[in-house]
Amino acid sequence: MKVFRLSQTELDNMVQGWSQNRRVYRPAAGRQQSTHADCAPGWERVAASTPLTLPPGPSKTSVKTFLFPQPETMQTYTLKSSDPDKGLMKEPQKATEKQIIVGLRPCDARSVKLNNLPFQEDPFYQVNLARTVMVGFTCSAMCATCFCDQMGGSPMGTEGLDIAISQVDGSFIAEVLTPVGEELTAEIRLTPAEDSEINALAERRKNSPQADFAKLDVLKGRDLNTLYKAALWQTLGESCINCGACTFNCPTCYCFDVQDEVVRGQGRRIRYWDSCMFPLYSLHTTGHNPRGQKMQRTRNRFMHKLKYFPERYGLFSCVGCGRCVKDCPVNIDIREVMSDLLAVE
Amino acid sequence: MPTINEKLTEEIRTQAKALLADGTVAAVIGYSRGSLPMTVKPTVVRASEDCGKLVWNSFCVLNLANYLPEVLKSVEPPRGPRDPKPEGPLAKVAVLATGCWSRNIVVQTQEHQVDRDRVVVLGVASRGMVSRRKVEEQFAGREILAVEEFDHDLVIKGADFEEKINRWSVVRDNCQTCTRPDPVLVDVRIGEPASERKNPNPFQQVDKIEEKSSDERWAWFTSEFSTCIRCYACRNACPLCYCPTCFVDDAKPQWVGKSLDAVDTGLFHLLRAYHCAGRCTDCGACESVCPMGINMRMLTKKLNKDVLNLYGMEAGMQPASPLPLTTYATDDPQKFIVTEAKAVKEGE
Amino acid sequence: MISYLPYPVRIDEIKVETEDGNLKTFKLVFENETQRKAWKHVPGQFAMLSLAGQGEIPIGIASSPTEEGHLLFTVNRAGKVTTALHQMHMGERMGVRGPLGNGFPIDTDMKGKNIVIIAGGFAVTTLRATLIYLMEHRQDYGKITFIYGARTPGMLLYQNELQEWAKRDDVDLHITVDREAPGWDGLVGFVPTIAGQVAPSPENSVALICGPPIMIKFTMPPLEKIGWTDDQVYLSLENRMKCGEGVCCHCNVGPTLVCKDGPVFTRTQVRKLPVEY
Repeated sequence: MKVFRLSQTELDNMVQGWSQNRRVYRPAAGRQQSTHADCAPGWERVAASTPLTLPPGPSKTSVKTFLFPQPETMQTYTLKSSDPDKGLMKEPQKATEKQIIVGLRPCDARSVKLNNLPFQEDPFYQVNLARTVMVGFTCSAMCATCFCDQMGGSPMGTEGLDIAISQVDGSFIAEVLTPVGEELTAEIRLTPAEDSEINALAERRKNSPQADFAKLDVLKGRDLNTLYKAALWQTLGESCINCGACTFNCPTCYCFDVQDEVVRGQGRRIRYWDSCMFPLYSLHTTGHNPRGQKMQRTRNRFMHKLKYFPERYGLFSCVGCGRCVKDCPVNIDIREVMSDLLAVE
Repeated sequence: MPTINEKLTEEIRTQAKALLADGTVAAVIGYSRGSLPMTVKPTVVRASEDCGKLVWNSFCVLNLANYLPEVLKSVEPPRGPRDPKPEGPLAKVAVLATGCWSRNIVVQTQEHQVDRDRVVVLGVASRGMVSRRKVEEQFAGREILAVEEFDHDLVIKGADFEEKINRWSVVRDNCQTCTRPDPVLVDVRIGEPASERKNPNPFQQVDKIEEKSSDERWAWFTSEFSTCIRCYACRNACPLCYCPTCFVDDAKPQWVGKSLDAVDTGLFHLLRAYHCAGRCTDCGACESVCPMGINMRMLTKKLNKDVLNLYGMEAGMQPASPLPLTTYATDDPQKFIVTEAKAVKEGE
Repeated sequence: MISYLPYPVRIDEIKVETEDGNLKTFKLVFENETQRKAWKHVPGQFAMLSLAGQGEIPIGIASSPTEEGHLLFTVNRAGKVTTALHQMHMGERMGVRGPLGNGFPIDTDMKGKNIVIIAGGFAVTTLRATLIYLMEHRQDYGKITFIYGARTPGMLLYQNELQEWAKRDDVDLHITVDREAPGWDGLVGFVPTIAGQVAPSPENSVALICGPPIMIKFTMPPLEKIGWTDDQVYLSLENRMKCGEGVCCHCNVGPTLVCKDGPVFTRTQVRKLPVEY
């Protein structure tokens, strides 16, 4: 593994160098001003003028938008009667150009791996995964809303990243973790890090909070139906307003809905983010809704993250980024839900 | 010395406890402490011994009227969709209400969503709620770990800083322009009544946008709503939004596309705002809950201005008359259909 | 890798099944010969019917894999896509994506056993597929009992076939309607009642039950009384679906995904799940 030391200027030059002939995205600095058509809310293209400094904690919106875009075109078709292909579903041209995401945190990088469990066989996710390069910034400290360690990650973690950048004193240490990362760093002359710097980083990593799977193990051992019937859901469901703020900003919420859109005879079938908080999510055509009550939907989201997903894939569907904690209009805090669940015998 | 909000908190707890203890109400809708600085949890208290968790502070930004219809239903004896309404009076619910929230209860009563006789309004004058976003923007890049509230100041604390800021400077825009902080309905008074605030032009923020050229206005609109993620927090936090199926969810016919297309997003916000015309009390909940910091309140505020200018009405202030857009009179202004700007200028 | 791309098919035949006109059977033929040959399904599986400009809907496959060359889907007109489908004409193009789900255990648990099929209303579709498959592989299974009920004689699906099947002596057929009706000289009574009267022996048997939840609820007690256990009973669940491939999460019942882990479950499996279907 190659390790380099960069100054702020060198870091900015490197990233701007990449952006000459590739799409390079970073978390929007402040409130997003202008948007490229390809920019999702909360992200912007790297521009020459803004130095790459990041506030503590994860970006406003998660990295999932690059792998699981909102929306994704699944098929295209024509409805023109004169066209012999009328109604024939065609696969859209697959995007292959590289996209480089700079400035994501270890929690988001880990979310990409977690989402890959259900999306293992999903053609769109896999294509996006293959063309996305992730250049992450490790966290020197955890925010009050961060709990990545409790969910099996760590603030200094590198899982899922191609290049991990850590701020050490005034400069940056870049660890190149994959062949793609090597390609990117080979384009410019970089100063290798000193052994002492590499050791210092290793020492810091050793002393940072480590991945803890204790809660996962306890909850895995609990009876599903007992957790499902726990009294806590009633209280939680009563205050929840069933919006999708938590779901949409969550890096590991991956539900989608599928819909057709037709404009002047040209159609496309798209998938777009859905939320199990919405009544429409589970509504049958008959009018029957298996999760017709607010409480049932709130419960489903947390049970999915903390019990159903672990049962299927072995891990929590949560990376502890704390976005839902910050964004919830009614302060539903997944950490409190977790401790309430752990108390259910 | 206890602060104003500490005193109000104590009073709320005492009143809620009494109402639950003597069986006047079956539930009290209030707030309890949040897990983060500047947050509170909307809470339904059903037992008098739980009233100790109720709090009141400057961060109570969600409109509690939003919960009223559902909590009222929850205290009714369970019945099937076709079962008749049970005989005799139904249990009551107490709810905390400031000026704007109480006006929403009036609107809910006018729209038959809430039975006024079953509601005990714990009226509390609002001192203006603080915008968490404004505080966070002032401390951008620094993590706020605790906020201590005093009557006129907030003390913001982080790992390596502690700063005092003026409370009013970070009060939400809607509260800063509000003229009616005192509840219009009061069954149980909490604290002291507040007098009407003087504000020569409560629509100043709207005027600023109206003064722009149409290109500039379009630029403002597209930029303002470009970061919308369609989470519908604004809609769900609004006590006016209670349709069983929202127009954005309707499939037959489908009115609005579901992706992040700017036209669809814009349409959602415009239609949502128009559905609130003549009913919105400018409580600011929509804007406060938006995870992306979009000022969608400007749309409803503009419609509030239009309704006031055209019909001389403010939502929740005339409980006896029908809502302006659910009725008509032969002398209703109509020039606005063609040339609104001109008509308004002429003082129509 | 999953493919979300529907196969292009043409509507070869449309048959109105019921007197209210709300159920039609669509016979679909593949446009592409390779895709036709590659298609292999098991009775009890479903497919996504795709209408360009409208969307997709999960529908049980009503034809048996032994009926080669085409697929049958009997569709109730209910929502946006089914309404549009009902307005389509012969020769028009649509799409089919699948087969999806697990299907009935024709090669495992059902093999060599007596099979009891109990159907109510238009849930009979995948059971038609099953019955035809069983009759084509008659020697692999024991006694076959087929109990099927509808509200009225005019609401019975596959009426011509029912008459054919009635003539066979290797299938024990019990067709019933809810109330007496002019011209009807068959059984009268709800499916649970008839199931109780027929009282199929649980000995070396498997039951496949599809119908409205209320029918399933009342069919179980008479069966349990004569010794049927939950392990012997297979049910087919329905939930709102979108991807059909176990990705999008819409159809989840607790940790179980109806589209991928089901739609066929034993009653033992269903009992362990939260009631979210």
